Amino acid sequence: MKKFTSTVMLTSALVLAAGQANAATLDDVKAKGFLQCGVSQGLPGFSNFDDKGNWSGVDVDVCRAVSSAIFGNANQVKYTPLSAKERFTALQSGEIDVLSRNTTWTATRDTALGLNFTGVNYYDGQGFMVRKDLGVKKASELSGAAVCTNSGTTTELNVSDYFRSNGMDYKLVAFEKADEVVAAYDAGRCDVYTTDQSGLYAQRIKLKDPSAHIVLPDVISKEPLGPVVRQGDDQWFNLVKWSLFCMVDAEEMGISSKNVASKMSSSNPGVKRLLGKEGNFGKNLGVSNSWCGDIVKNVGNYGESFARNLSVAPLNIKRGKNALWSEGGLQYAPPIR
Amino acid sequence: MNKDSHIAPPAARASFWNDPKIRAVFYQAILLIAVFYSGWYLFNNTTENLERQGIASGFGFLETTAGFGIITHLIPYSEESTYGRAFLVSLLNTLILSFMGIVAATILGVIIGIARLSKNWLVAKLASVYIEIFRNIPLLLQIFFWYFAVLRALPAPRGSVNLFDGMFLNNRGLYTPSPVFGEGFSLVTWAIILAFVAVYFLVKWAHKRQELTGQQFHTVYVSIGILIGLPLLALIITGFPISWDVPELKGFNFVGGMVIIPEFMALWFALSIYTASFIAEIVRAGIQSVSHGQTEAAYALGIKPSITMRLVILPQALRVIVPPLSSQYLNLTKNSSLAAAIAYPELVSVFAGTVLNQTGQAVEIILITMGVYLAISLLISMFMNWYNAKIAIVER
Ligand SMILES: N[C@@H](CCC(=O)N[C@@H](CS)C(=O)NCC(=O)O)C(=O)O
Repeated sequence: MKKFTSTVMLTSALVLAAGQANAATLDDVKAKGFLQCGVSQGLPGFSNFDDKGNWSGVDVDVCRAVSSAIFGNANQVKYTPLSAKERFTALQSGEIDVLSRNTTWTATRDTALGLNFTGVNYYDGQGFMVRKDLGVKKASELSGAAVCTNSGTTTELNVSDYFRSNGMDYKLVAFEKADEVVAAYDAGRCDVYTTDQSGLYAQRIKLKDPSAHIVLPDVISKEPLGPVVRQGDDQWFNLVKWSLFCMVDAEEMGISSKNVASKMSSSNPGVKRLLGKEGNFGKNLGVSNSWCGDIVKNVGNYGESFARNLSVAPLNIKRGKNALWSEGGLQYAPPIR
Repeated sequence: MNKDSHIAPPAARASFWNDPKIRAVFYQAILLIAVFYSGWYLFNNTTENLERQGIASGFGFLETTAGFGIITHLIPYSEESTYGRAFLVSLLNTLILSFMGIVAATILGVIIGIARLSKNWLVAKLASVYIEIFRNIPLLLQIFFWYFAVLRALPAPRGSVNLFDGMFLNNRGLYTPSPVFGEGFSLVTWAIILAFVAVYFLVKWAHKRQELTGQQFHTVYVSIGILIGLPLLALIITGFPISWDVPELKGFNFVGGMVIIPEFMALWFALSIYTASFIAEIVRAGIQSVSHGQTEAAYALGIKPSITMRLVILPQALRVIVPPLSSQYLNLTKNSSLAAAIAYPELVSVFAGTVLNQTGQAVEIILITMGVYLAISLLISMFMNWYNAKIAIVER
């Protein structure tokens, strides 16, 4: 119902608002003193909150990085937990400034929703989880299965494509909220739980007996997950885009939150540019020149964020495709120059 | 009246501006122009805003392939169907859920409302406990309660409960055989229609006869006889042109037959039980609004309590019951949109949810959705108003 309300608000805003130029999000954020960041309703490792209400995860780190770039401080962020269905209307209607919520970059979302993806902070693919006692070893054995998933996701569409193109039968049970999918799957409503593989590992922790379930090896889709902003505000688009690039470049150059203080005196021109000792990169983005140094100091580089949030128990996700390009992975950021 | 007023004096024609008729027309015209102008302005403004924000617009998306599956559909649907088809499927799912909910809530509500007034202390208390409990717990919680109660209580497909021949119950739903109609079945269909028509005229005739002669006719038994007998006769003549598609456990789940999914059952329970608690109160209030003297008079004439209730009290109570009852029906229909929470594919979940999310066309989809709910509400209101007018006691 909440989502319905926000959709109705968006609709009436679109119907009633008199023509106005796109507001400069950066000025707004500076004026209100915090960044409003859309995240998930609780996905361990990506965006999750502890019992004190503190958010953490690689998606949350993107928000903290943007906050660092603007305010020199990672904590000027307010989080809006959103279900898969709610997320785009929340961004379109201006309820949030940036969406950083395991969201797959697709053509429709990039071109028809009035949104722009700023990059990829996690390369993922869709997988399946089943009960071990079913004895299923690969996805092609799933014909006839009941499949639980989130509605309003790419998952919902991929699973249809996969089963249909392989001539397999299935029953799709699509819930609005991730916790309901987990509960229904745990209660035996479905044989299979499908979503991004990262999501499967993360949600498995929430099951009554995680060890009774396995994630099948098959990956049936490409799910490049990344932050999203509204279309038509290039300054803001640039800032969010380069906040992520900064983290990746810093890892590549070996700059981390541990050594950033000592790197300040480095004579390496690349390091000097990244840390704002040379050039006008911060100014061009509309923030202070120490923007990237602040990000690394407060949030860490991409590798640190990954290790802290994903490579720890109980998730234990390996870098895999998300290793730097120089180490055989896909993470590659344009140079700061 | 003035004596010589029958010859109307040539009225001193009021000035053009002071003529009430012309004024009325003038104001109406102004209003009409204002309405049209606002409509045009809003439309233009919306298209402009959408374009500026780079959001797709128009109704063309209704013809685009949907690409997602829907677990239960009353009309044929597949991933290759269009968004427009998905809209129809979800609308029908909303309608069937609301209809079934309204029927069950009404029956349950009337029983509990009457029980609440029972002279039997235990029955009356049970009824009021029911009302207090179900009226005061938020509906969404009740939906979750029934959903997980249903899921937990039922076995996995491999341990299905075999209810009757070919009928299975498990946590994926209630599977029943579905009829496959063979050649010659149209005769049976005609027999069924004929039976209904016959019963309609029978009831009319019986009423008339009772009014004229006071003689009663066993309408109920005869009607049942016709309703069963005629189709049965047709079946025998055509040699039973029905075969059954019996569900069978194949791999993970049952295949074939019909299935009522657990989401539907949970919603149906939750919506009817919740709404019944309000209807019960409406029925109680309605019955209490009929003066007790009526009951006493009926008893004094030796009329049985059950018949007194049916023929004396309820018809008068209905005048008080029907109007608030309509708003409960409207509530139930609107509440059916909570189904999104437990994966039942109704209008808000599929159309204002998945389709909106996949196409991003919030304005068009919300307009259609609001239009549909408005239309359903108006239809229910119209029907209830018609019914109310029909049963209104004709004062003699
Ligand atoms: N990446 C996919 C799926 C994203 C998605 O919503 N996944 C679910 C299942 S892992 C989720 O994140 N749920 C967490 C939540 O709703 O809080 C997409 O962008 O459509």
